[in-house]
Amino acid sequence: MIFGSPTVTAAELERGTGWSVTREGLCKGDRCIPIAPAADGTIAVDAIAAALGAPLVADDGSGLFAVGPESGGRALVSATAPDLELSDLDGRTFHLSSLLGQKVLLVAWAPW
Amino acid sequence: MWQELRSELHRRGLEIVTVALESGGAHVARPWIEAARPGHPSLIDAEHVCDALFGIVNVPSGVWIDERGTIVRPPETAYPRRPAFLDREVPPDATPRQREGIEVTKQLHVEAERYIAALRDWVDRGSASRFALAPDEVVRRSRPRPREEGEAAAHFELALALRRLGGNDRATHHFREAHRLQPENWTYKRQAWALAGAEHDRLYGTDWLSEVTRMGGPERYYPPLEL
Repeated sequence: MIFGSPTVTAAELERGTGWSVTREGLCKGDRCIPIAPAADGTIAVDAIAAALGAPLVADDGSGLFAVGPESGGRALVSATAPDLELSDLDGRTFHLSSLLGQKVLLVAWAPW
Repeated sequence: MWQELRSELHRRGLEIVTVALESGGAHVARPWIEAARPGHPSLIDAEHVCDALFGIVNVPSGVWIDERGTIVRPPETAYPRRPAFLDREVPPDATPRQREGIEVTKQLHVEAERYIAALRDWVDRGSASRFALAPDEVVRRSRPRPREEGEAAAHFELALALRRLGGNDRATHHFREAHRLQPENWTYKRQAWALAGAEHDRLYGTDWLSEVTRMGGPERYYPPLEL
Protein backbone atom coordinates (compact mmCIF):
# COMPACT_ATOMS: atom_id res chain seq x y z
CA MET A 1 0.00 0.00 0.00
CA ILE A 2 1.38 3.39 -1.01
CA PHE A 3 0.62 6.54 0.95
CA GLY A 4 1.53 10.10 0.06
CA SER A 5 1.79 11.40 3.62
CA PRO A 6 2.34 10.11 7.17
CA THR A 7 -1.37 10.38 7.85
CA VAL A 8 -4.37 9.47 5.77
CA THR A 9 -8.08 10.16 5.97
CA ALA A 10 -10.55 7.34 6.33
CA ALA A 11 -11.88 8.02 2.84
CA GLU A 12 -8.40 7.94 1.30
CA LEU A 13 -7.59 4.73 3.13
CA GLU A 14 -10.73 2.99 1.95
CA ARG A 15 -10.26 4.17 -1.62
CA GLY A 16 -6.68 3.02 -1.74
CA THR A 17 -6.76 -0.17 0.29
CA GLY A 18 -10.32 -1.33 0.88
CA TRP A 19 -9.93 -0.91 4.65
CA SER A 20 -12.93 0.92 6.15
CA VAL A 21 -13.28 2.80 9.43
CA THR A 22 -16.04 1.22 11.52
CA ARG A 23 -16.98 1.12 15.18
CA GLU A 24 -14.78 -1.95 15.52
CA GLY A 25 -11.80 -0.10 14.10
CA LEU A 26 -10.30 -0.59 10.66
CA CYS A 27 -12.06 -3.44 8.93
CA LYS A 28 -11.62 -5.33 5.69
CA GLY A 29 -13.83 -8.27 4.95
CA ASP A 30 -14.24 -10.11 8.21
CA ARG A 31 -11.05 -8.78 9.74
CA CYS A 32 -10.83 -5.73 11.97
CA ILE A 33 -7.88 -4.05 13.66
CA PRO A 34 -8.43 -1.75 16.65
CA ILE A 35 -7.46 1.66 15.34
CA ALA A 36 -9.51 4.78 15.70
CA PRO A 37 -9.00 7.99 13.71
CA ALA A 38 -7.67 11.07 15.43
CA ALA A 39 -9.97 13.97 16.24
CA ASP A 40 -9.29 15.43 12.78
CA GLY A 41 -10.37 12.17 11.12
CA THR A 42 -6.91 11.10 10.05
CA ILE A 43 -5.07 7.87 10.78
CA ALA A 44 -1.31 7.58 11.15
CA VAL A 45 0.24 5.32 8.54
CA ASP A 46 2.76 3.96 11.02
CA ALA A 47 -0.10 2.98 13.34
CA ILE A 48 -1.73 1.07 10.47
CA ALA A 49 1.52 -0.75 9.74
CA ALA A 50 2.10 -1.59 13.39
CA ALA A 51 -1.43 -2.90 13.85
CA LEU A 52 -1.11 -5.09 10.75
CA GLY A 53 2.31 -6.35 11.76
CA ALA A 54 3.51 -5.04 8.43
CA PRO A 55 6.74 -3.24 7.56
CA LEU A 56 6.68 0.47 6.76
CA VAL A 57 9.18 1.94 4.31
CA ALA A 58 9.52 5.65 3.62
CA ASP A 59 11.17 7.46 0.75
CA ASP A 60 12.52 10.66 2.17
CA GLY A 61 12.88 12.45 -1.12
CA SER A 62 9.33 12.00 -2.36
CA GLY A 63 7.42 11.78 0.91
CA LEU A 64 5.91 8.46 -0.14
CA PHE A 65 5.37 5.60 2.28
CA ALA A 66 4.80 1.93 1.52
CA VAL A 67 3.22 -0.51 3.93
CA GLY A 68 4.32 -4.00 2.99
CA PRO A 69 2.42 -7.27 3.40
CA GLU A 70 2.05 -8.68 6.89
CA SER A 71 5.12 -10.58 7.95
CA GLY A 72 6.06 -13.36 10.30
CA GLY A 73 4.01 -16.15 8.82
CA ARG A 74 3.57 -17.49 5.34
CA ALA A 75 2.76 -15.85 2.03
CA LEU A 76 -0.60 -17.65 2.12
CA VAL A 77 -2.44 -17.29 5.42
CA SER A 78 -5.17 -19.59 4.16
CA ALA A 79 -5.91 -21.65 1.07
CA THR A 80 -8.84 -19.42 0.13
CA ALA A 81 -7.96 -17.78 -3.15
CA PRO A 82 -8.11 -13.98 -3.00
CA ASP A 83 -10.66 -12.36 -5.25
CA LEU A 84 -8.03 -11.05 -7.60
CA GLU A 85 -9.17 -8.09 -9.69
CA LEU A 86 -7.03 -7.16 -12.70
CA SER A 87 -7.57 -5.73 -16.14
CA ASP A 88 -7.06 -7.26 -19.54
CA LEU A 89 -5.43 -5.68 -22.58
CA ASP A 90 -8.53 -3.64 -23.32
CA GLY A 91 -8.84 -2.33 -19.79
CA ARG A 92 -11.79 -4.52 -18.89
CA THR A 93 -11.81 -5.55 -15.25
CA PHE A 94 -11.72 -9.26 -14.54
CA HIS A 95 -12.54 -10.88 -11.20
CA LEU A 96 -11.02 -14.26 -10.42
CA SER A 97 -14.24 -15.08 -8.54
CA SER A 98 -16.09 -15.08 -11.86
CA LEU A 99 -14.52 -18.48 -12.47
CA LEU A 100 -16.05 -20.16 -9.42
CA GLY A 101 -17.44 -23.49 -10.52
CA GLN A 102 -14.40 -24.20 -12.71
CA LYS A 103 -10.94 -25.42 -11.93
CA VAL A 104 -8.43 -22.66 -12.56
CA LEU A 105 -4.76 -22.72 -13.44
CA LEU A 106 -3.45 -19.23 -12.81
CA VAL A 107 -0.11 -18.69 -14.54
CA ALA A 108 2.07 -15.70 -13.75
CA TRP A 109 4.46 -14.88 -16.57
CA ALA A 110 6.42 -11.89 -17.84
CA PRO A 111 7.81 -10.54 -21.10
CA TRP A 112 11.16 -10.23 -19.39
CA MET B 1 1.98 -20.60 -24.79
CA TRP B 2 -0.91 -22.17 -22.89
CA GLN B 3 -3.61 -21.99 -25.55
CA GLU B 4 -3.06 -25.50 -26.90
CA LEU B 5 -3.42 -27.03 -23.45
CA ARG B 6 -6.40 -24.83 -22.71
CA SER B 7 -8.14 -25.99 -25.86
CA GLU B 8 -7.77 -29.57 -24.67
CA LEU B 9 -8.68 -29.13 -21.01
CA HIS B 10 -11.27 -26.35 -21.05
CA ARG B 11 -14.06 -28.71 -22.08
CA ARG B 12 -13.07 -30.87 -19.12
CA GLY B 13 -13.65 -28.06 -16.67
CA LEU B 14 -10.34 -26.17 -16.51
CA GLU B 15 -9.85 -22.52 -17.25
CA ILE B 16 -6.41 -21.01 -17.60
CA VAL B 17 -5.82 -17.42 -16.52
CA THR B 18 -2.52 -15.85 -17.42
CA VAL B 19 -1.24 -12.83 -15.52
CA ALA B 20 1.56 -10.71 -16.91
CA LEU B 21 3.75 -9.36 -14.11
CA GLU B 22 4.84 -6.32 -16.08
CA SER B 23 5.07 -2.86 -14.60
CA GLY B 24 4.99 -1.43 -18.11
CA GLY B 25 1.40 -2.63 -18.31
CA ALA B 26 -0.59 -3.52 -21.39
CA HIS B 27 1.73 -1.53 -23.65
CA VAL B 28 4.60 -3.90 -22.98
CA ALA B 29 2.62 -7.13 -22.65
CA ARG B 30 0.38 -6.57 -25.69
CA PRO B 31 2.65 -7.95 -28.45
CA TRP B 32 3.20 -11.14 -26.51
CA ILE B 33 -0.47 -11.67 -25.71
CA GLU B 34 -1.68 -10.84 -29.20
CA ALA B 35 0.86 -13.23 -30.69
CA ALA B 36 -0.47 -16.00 -28.47
CA ARG B 37 -4.10 -15.33 -29.50
CA PRO B 38 -5.43 -16.75 -26.23
CA GLY B 39 -9.00 -17.82 -25.72
CA HIS B 40 -8.55 -17.54 -21.96
CA PRO B 41 -8.45 -14.49 -19.68
CA SER B 42 -5.09 -12.75 -20.13
CA LEU B 43 -4.59 -10.15 -17.45
CA ILE B 44 -2.05 -7.46 -16.71
CA ASP B 45 -0.58 -6.99 -13.22
CA ALA B 46 1.39 -3.77 -13.55
CA GLU B 47 1.53 -3.33 -9.77
CA HIS B 48 2.88 -6.85 -9.17
CA VAL B 49 -0.02 -7.48 -6.80
CA CYS B 50 0.26 -11.23 -7.34
CA ASP B 51 3.86 -11.41 -6.15
CA ALA B 52 3.12 -10.81 -2.47
CA LEU B 53 -0.49 -12.05 -2.69
CA PHE B 54 0.51 -15.60 -3.63
CA GLY B 55 4.22 -15.63 -2.76
CA ILE B 56 5.43 -15.67 -6.37
CA VAL B 57 9.18 -15.12 -6.75
CA ASN B 58 9.83 -16.22 -10.33
CA VAL B 59 8.05 -16.79 -13.60
CA PRO B 60 6.38 -18.70 -14.99
CA SER B 61 4.57 -19.78 -11.82
CA GLY B 62 1.31 -21.70 -11.67
CA VAL B 63 -1.34 -21.74 -8.93
CA TRP B 64 -4.17 -24.28 -8.92
CA ILE B 65 -7.58 -23.18 -7.66
CA ASP B 66 -10.54 -25.53 -7.39
CA GLU B 67 -14.20 -24.95 -8.20
CA ARG B 68 -14.92 -23.55 -4.75
CA GLY B 69 -12.16 -20.99 -4.96
CA THR B 70 -9.73 -22.94 -2.77
CA ILE B 71 -6.05 -23.04 -3.70
CA VAL B 72 -4.96 -26.67 -4.04
CA ARG B 73 -1.37 -26.00 -5.15
CA PRO B 74 0.61 -22.86 -4.22
CA PRO B 75 2.96 -21.22 -6.73
CA GLU B 76 5.47 -23.49 -8.46
CA THR B 77 7.33 -23.47 -11.75
CA ALA B 78 4.85 -24.00 -14.58
CA TYR B 79 5.75 -24.60 -18.21
CA PRO B 80 3.22 -26.12 -20.65
CA ARG B 81 5.99 -28.05 -22.42
CA ARG B 82 9.74 -28.47 -22.44
CA PRO B 83 11.04 -24.94 -23.13
CA ALA B 84 13.23 -24.39 -26.17
CA PHE B 85 16.03 -22.82 -24.12
CA LEU B 86 16.88 -26.22 -22.65
CA ASP B 87 17.97 -27.42 -26.09
CA ARG B 88 19.49 -24.25 -27.46
CA GLU B 89 22.66 -24.62 -29.48
CA VAL B 90 25.54 -22.27 -28.75
CA PRO B 91 26.11 -20.09 -31.84
CA PRO B 92 29.65 -20.41 -33.22
CA ASP B 93 30.22 -16.67 -32.84
CA ALA B 94 29.07 -16.56 -29.21
CA THR B 95 31.33 -14.73 -26.79
CA PRO B 96 32.59 -16.72 -23.81
CA ARG B 97 30.04 -14.92 -21.62
CA GLN B 98 27.22 -15.70 -24.02
CA ARG B 99 28.33 -19.30 -24.21
CA GLU B 100 28.37 -19.53 -20.44
CA GLY B 101 24.89 -17.98 -20.25
CA ILE B 102 23.44 -20.46 -22.71
CA GLU B 103 25.11 -23.41 -20.99
CA VAL B 104 23.79 -22.32 -17.60
CA THR B 105 20.30 -21.79 -19.02
CA LYS B 106 20.35 -25.33 -20.37
CA GLN B 107 20.90 -26.58 -16.85
CA LEU B 108 17.79 -24.93 -15.39
CA HIS B 109 15.55 -27.43 -13.67
CA VAL B 110 12.25 -27.61 -15.55
CA GLU B 111 9.84 -30.52 -15.15
CA ALA B 112 7.16 -29.57 -17.65
CA GLU B 113 6.06 -33.10 -18.51
CA ARG B 114 5.56 -34.08 -14.87
CA TYR B 115 3.76 -30.84 -14.11
CA ILE B 116 1.32 -31.18 -17.01
CA ALA B 117 0.68 -34.85 -16.20
CA ALA B 118 -0.18 -33.82 -12.64
CA LEU B 119 -2.43 -31.05 -13.94
CA ARG B 120 -4.29 -33.49 -16.18
CA ASP B 121 -4.74 -35.86 -13.26
CA TRP B 122 -6.29 -33.09 -11.18
CA VAL B 123 -8.55 -31.98 -14.04
CA ASP B 124 -9.84 -35.55 -14.37
CA ARG B 125 -9.98 -36.60 -10.71
CA GLY B 126 -10.52 -33.32 -8.87
CA SER B 127 -10.12 -33.56 -5.11
CA ALA B 128 -9.38 -37.30 -5.48
CA SER B 129 -6.15 -36.44 -7.29
CA ARG B 130 -3.11 -36.89 -5.07
CA PHE B 131 -1.78 -33.68 -6.59
CA ALA B 132 -4.59 -31.61 -5.07
CA LEU B 133 -3.26 -30.59 -1.67
CA ALA B 134 -5.19 -30.09 1.54
CA PRO B 135 -5.51 -26.47 2.69
CA ASP B 136 -3.05 -26.90 5.57
CA GLU B 137 -0.48 -28.32 3.16
CA VAL B 138 -1.06 -25.50 0.69
CA VAL B 139 -0.30 -22.98 3.42
CA ARG B 140 2.70 -24.97 4.66
CA ARG B 141 4.18 -25.15 1.17
CA SER B 142 3.69 -21.45 0.50
CA ARG B 143 6.69 -19.26 1.04
CA PRO B 144 7.63 -18.23 4.56
CA ARG B 145 7.41 -14.50 4.98
CA PRO B 146 10.03 -13.18 7.39
CA ARG B 147 9.99 -9.46 8.02
CA GLU B 148 12.77 -8.90 5.47
CA GLU B 149 10.53 -10.18 2.69
CA GLY B 150 7.70 -7.91 3.75
CA GLU B 151 10.17 -5.02 3.66
CA ALA B 152 11.37 -6.14 0.24
CA ALA B 153 7.79 -6.03 -1.04
CA ALA B 154 7.34 -2.53 0.38
CA HIS B 155 10.55 -1.33 -1.27
CA PHE B 156 9.53 -2.90 -4.57
CA GLU B 157 6.10 -1.28 -4.47
CA LEU B 158 7.69 2.05 -3.59
CA ALA B 159 10.12 1.67 -6.49
CA LEU B 160 7.27 1.10 -8.95
CA ALA B 161 5.39 4.12 -7.60
CA LEU B 162 8.48 6.33 -7.86
CA ARG B 163 9.09 5.26 -11.44
CA ARG B 164 5.55 6.26 -12.34
CA LEU B 165 6.31 9.68 -10.88
CA GLY B 166 9.57 9.97 -12.80
CA GLY B 167 11.81 9.42 -9.77
CA ASN B 168 14.00 6.84 -11.45
CA ASP B 169 17.06 7.35 -9.25
CA ARG B 170 15.06 6.85 -6.08
CA ALA B 171 13.29 3.92 -7.70
CA THR B 172 16.63 2.26 -8.39
CA HIS B 173 17.57 2.70 -4.74
CA HIS B 174 14.39 0.93 -3.61
CA PHE B 175 14.74 -1.81 -6.22
CA ARG B 176 18.24 -2.45 -4.89
CA GLU B 177 16.89 -2.62 -1.35
CA ALA B 178 14.25 -5.13 -2.44
CA HIS B 179 16.97 -7.24 -4.07
CA ARG B 180 19.14 -7.06 -0.94
CA LEU B 181 16.32 -8.04 1.40
CA GLN B 182 14.96 -10.87 -0.71
CA PRO B 183 17.76 -12.04 -3.01
CA GLU B 184 15.90 -15.16 -4.11
CA ASN B 185 13.03 -13.12 -5.57
CA TRP B 186 13.74 -13.22 -9.28
CA THR B 187 10.66 -11.23 -10.27
CA TYR B 188 12.00 -8.24 -8.34
CA LYS B 189 15.38 -8.51 -10.04
CA ARG B 190 14.24 -9.23 -13.56
CA GLN B 191 11.55 -6.54 -13.56
CA ALA B 192 14.04 -3.93 -12.32
CA TRP B 193 16.63 -4.99 -14.88
CA ALA B 194 14.04 -4.90 -17.66
CA LEU B 195 13.05 -1.37 -16.72
CA ALA B 196 16.68 -0.29 -16.70
CA GLY B 197 17.27 -1.75 -20.16
CA ALA B 198 20.83 -1.36 -21.35
CA GLU B 199 21.69 0.47 -18.11
CA HIS B 200 20.93 -2.43 -15.83
CA ASP B 201 24.56 -3.61 -15.55
CA ARG B 202 25.64 -0.13 -14.48
CA LEU B 203 22.71 0.55 -12.16
CA TYR B 204 22.65 -2.80 -10.40
CA GLY B 205 26.23 -3.98 -10.84
CA THR B 206 25.12 -7.47 -11.80
CA ASP B 207 23.27 -9.49 -14.38
CA TRP B 208 21.24 -12.68 -14.62
CA LEU B 209 24.19 -15.02 -15.04
CA SER B 210 26.12 -13.48 -12.15
CA GLU B 211 23.08 -13.68 -9.88
CA VAL B 212 22.30 -17.29 -10.80
CA THR B 213 25.89 -18.20 -9.94
CA ARG B 214 25.81 -16.17 -6.72
CA MET B 215 22.53 -17.75 -5.63
CA GLY B 216 23.83 -21.31 -5.89
CA GLY B 217 23.69 -22.23 -9.56
CA PRO B 218 21.00 -23.12 -12.10
CA GLU B 219 19.64 -25.92 -9.94
CA ARG B 220 18.33 -23.32 -7.48
CA TYR B 221 16.67 -21.05 -10.04
CA TYR B 222 13.59 -23.24 -10.43
CA PRO B 223 13.19 -25.47 -7.36
CA PRO B 224 12.29 -29.13 -7.92
CA LEU B 225 8.57 -29.79 -7.95
CA GLU B 226 7.09 -31.59 -4.93
CA LEU B 227 4.74 -33.82 -6.89
